[in-house]
Amino acid sequence: MIFLRLILTNLSRHRIRTAISVAGIAFAVAAMLTVVTILQGAVGMFSSLLSADSQIVVFERNVADLFFSSVPQSAMDAIPTWALVEHANPVLFGIVASPTQPIITCFGVTATDTRLTRATWVAGSDAAFHAAGQATGKVEDSSQGADSVVLGERAAEFLHAQLHSTIALGNGHFTVGGILRTRNGFEDGGVFMPLATAQRFFHKQGIASVVTVKLHHPSDAAAFKARLQREFPTLIALEDQEFNNSYSQFKILKATAWAVGLAGVLMGGLGVANTMIMSVFTRIREIAILRVNGFSPLQLTALILGEAAVVSFTGSVVGLGTGVLAVMVLKSVPMLHGYVDATMSPGLLLAVTALATGTGIAGALYPAAYAMRVRPVEALRFE
Amino acid sequence: MNSSMAEAKATTKEPILQAEGLTKAYENGAIPVLHGVSLQVYPQQTVALCGPSGCGKSTLLHLLGGLDAADAGEIVVRGQPLRPGRMVQNMLRHQVGFVFQLHNLLPDLTLTENCLIPTVAAGVPRAEAMERLHQLADRTGLSHRLQQRIQKLSGGERQRTALCRALMNRPSILLADEPTGALDEATSRQIFALLLELVDREGITLVMATHDRALAARCDRLLEMHDGKMMDGAGSGARTAG
Ligand SMILES: Nc1ncnc2c1ncn2[C@@H]1O[C@H](COP(=O)(O)OP(=O)(O)OP(=O)(O)O)[C@@H](O)[C@H]1O
Ligand SMILES: [Mg+2]
Repeated sequence: MIFLRLILTNLSRHRIRTAISVAGIAFAVAAMLTVVTILQGAVGMFSSLLSADSQIVVFERNVADLFFSSVPQSAMDAIPTWALVEHANPVLFGIVASPTQPIITCFGVTATDTRLTRATWVAGSDAAFHAAGQATGKVEDSSQGADSVVLGERAAEFLHAQLHSTIALGNGHFTVGGILRTRNGFEDGGVFMPLATAQRFFHKQGIASVVTVKLHHPSDAAAFKARLQREFPTLIALEDQEFNNSYSQFKILKATAWAVGLAGVLMGGLGVANTMIMSVFTRIREIAILRVNGFSPLQLTALILGEAAVVSFTGSVVGLGTGVLAVMVLKSVPMLHGYVDATMSPGLLLAVTALATGTGIAGALYPAAYAMRVRPVEALRFE
Repeated sequence: MNSSMAEAKATTKEPILQAEGLTKAYENGAIPVLHGVSLQVYPQQTVALCGPSGCGKSTLLHLLGGLDAADAGEIVVRGQPLRPGRMVQNMLRHQVGFVFQLHNLLPDLTLTENCLIPTVAAGVPRAEAMERLHQLADRTGLSHRLQQRIQKLSGGERQRTALCRALMNRPSILLADEPTGALDEATSRQIFALLLELVDREGITLVMATHDRALAARCDRLLEMHDGKMMDGAGSGARTAG
C-alpha cells in the first residue's frame, strides 16, 4: 500500500511529466496497433483472395508484384488438363479508377471460378460470365453495348450502383449484371469481369496474372511443381503457405509494419527511461531517506520499476483505446474500403501491451541501478 | 536518571555498541576526519557527543549506524562485528533508529505514511504497525495529526514525527544528530524531554550529537570530541558529565 502510495505520489508530483511519458507510450502502442492491424489485414485478405478454394498459385517467376505477372494462354490451357489437377482458374488482376474512387481492384475471372460459383448473390447473377465464356476467342465489338460486370457489395455501395445501372471505370462503361457478397474485403470492394473482357480492357490479351490450382490429392503438390518446372520454366508454383511466406510484397509489408511499430515502442520506452531518470535524479534525497529507514536496494528497484510499469501500462491501455478507435475511423473512410480489415486478435493486443510495458520497464533499469548506488550519507548532507 | 543507576548499567552488562580505532577520510584521503576513535556504549545509556563544528560527530554517528564505511577500525553491535550489506540492512531495520537535525520526512506523504515506511521495509504486518504508531503518536501528542501531510505540520511536530518513525520498529539503539538543532529553544527543550522520556520508557540506548551543553548535561555520559579524536578517557564508559 505504502509502496503504491510512494509510486503514485511521485507520479502525481510531476503530472505533466507523467502525462507526457504516458502519451509517448500511448502513441507508440496506437501506431503499432494501427499499422500492424491494417497491414496484417491487407496481407490476410490478399492471400485468402488467392487461395479461395485452391491450394497452389501459379505465377511468373521473379516478378516483384503479382500485378506484373504474366501467365501465357498456353499454360492456362494446359494446366487444367493435367491428371493431378481437379480444377484450375486463371485470374487477371487490374486496377482501375472511377470518377469517385481512385483505386478499384478488378478481377478477370472465368465462369467456373469459385468466387462466382460460391458467392452469395445480393442481386443479379453471373450470367454475363457464361455468355462471355462462349464468346471467348471471338474478336468482340463492344461498341454494340456495355460489357457486363459483377460488383462486390461494397464496391456497389461506393460506386452508387444497382443492378443494371451503368458505371464508368477507367475510360470504359459497364453494365452491372450482378452484386455479390464475400467475406474478403478486397473482393467485396472489387469489380469482377469476365476474363476476356478484362484482358481486352487492360490490353493483356491471352494473359492471366495467376492460375489458382486445386489438386485431387494435396500430396501431389511436389509432382505438380516438378511438371510445371519442366513444361513452363518461366512460371513458378507455390503452395499457399509458401506463397504467404515468400511473396516479397508480403514480407516487405510485414517487416515494415513491425519495424514501424517497434521503432514507435522503442521511442516510447526511451520516453519512459527519460522520465525515470529525471524522477530518480530529482529524488536522491527521498531515496536516501528510504535507505536509512531500512529499504533494501531490491525494494528501491521494485519502487522505481513499479513507477515505470504504472506509466507504461497506463500508456498501453490509452494507446490500445486510441489504436482501436483509429482503425475504426480508417475503416469508415470510403477510399480505404476493402483494404482495412480491422480484426484485432487478442493475441496482438496482448503482445503490443506486453511489449510496450516491457520496454518501459527496461527503460527504468538504468535509473533503478543508479538509485541502488545512492549513498544515503552524502545525499542527506545536502538540502 | 541518576548517576548510580548509570554506573550500574555500565558495569553489569556488555557494551551494546562498541567502536575500536575508527578512521575515516573523505575525498580519497584528502580530508581526514576521524583519527582512531574508540568508544563503548552500554545498554540503556544516554550518551551525548559534543565537540566543535567539523570535529566529526556526524561522521561518527553515520559509521556507527552503518550508513557509511570506516577506512579502518571495527564496530561491534550487540557482540557482532558490523559488516556492510545484509547486516547493515537488518540493523537499520531492527536495531538502529536515526533522527537528524532536519526531519528528513517525505513532505507529500501523511504523518502515518511516513511513519509506516520503516515497517514496510521490514515487512511488519500492517495491523501491528498501526498499533505501534498509535502508541507512539499518543506518547508524542500527535494522535490528532495522523492523517496530516508533513507540509502542514509545525517544526516541532515534524521532529516528533521523525522521532516516532525512528522508533517504529522498536530499535535498541537511537542515533540522533542534533535532533533539536533546527528548533527554537522552548520547542527544543520540549522535544528533548520527550526524547529522553521515550528512550527511558522503552529501554533504548541513545547516542546524540549536540552543541547544546544544557541538553548534554542531562545525559548519562558526555563524550567530548576534538579534531577527529575522543578527548582523554572519554570513550571508556565512565560518566564524565554532570
Ligand atoms: N562527504 C563529504 N565529503 C567531504 N568532506 C566531508 C564529507 N562529509 C563531511 N566532510 C567533512 O568532514 C568534517 C567532519 O564533518 P562532520 O559532519 O562529521 O562534522 P560535525 O562534527 O558533525 O560538525 P557539525 O557540528 O557542524 O555538524 C568536516 O570538515 C566536513 O566538511
Ligand atoms: Mg554534524
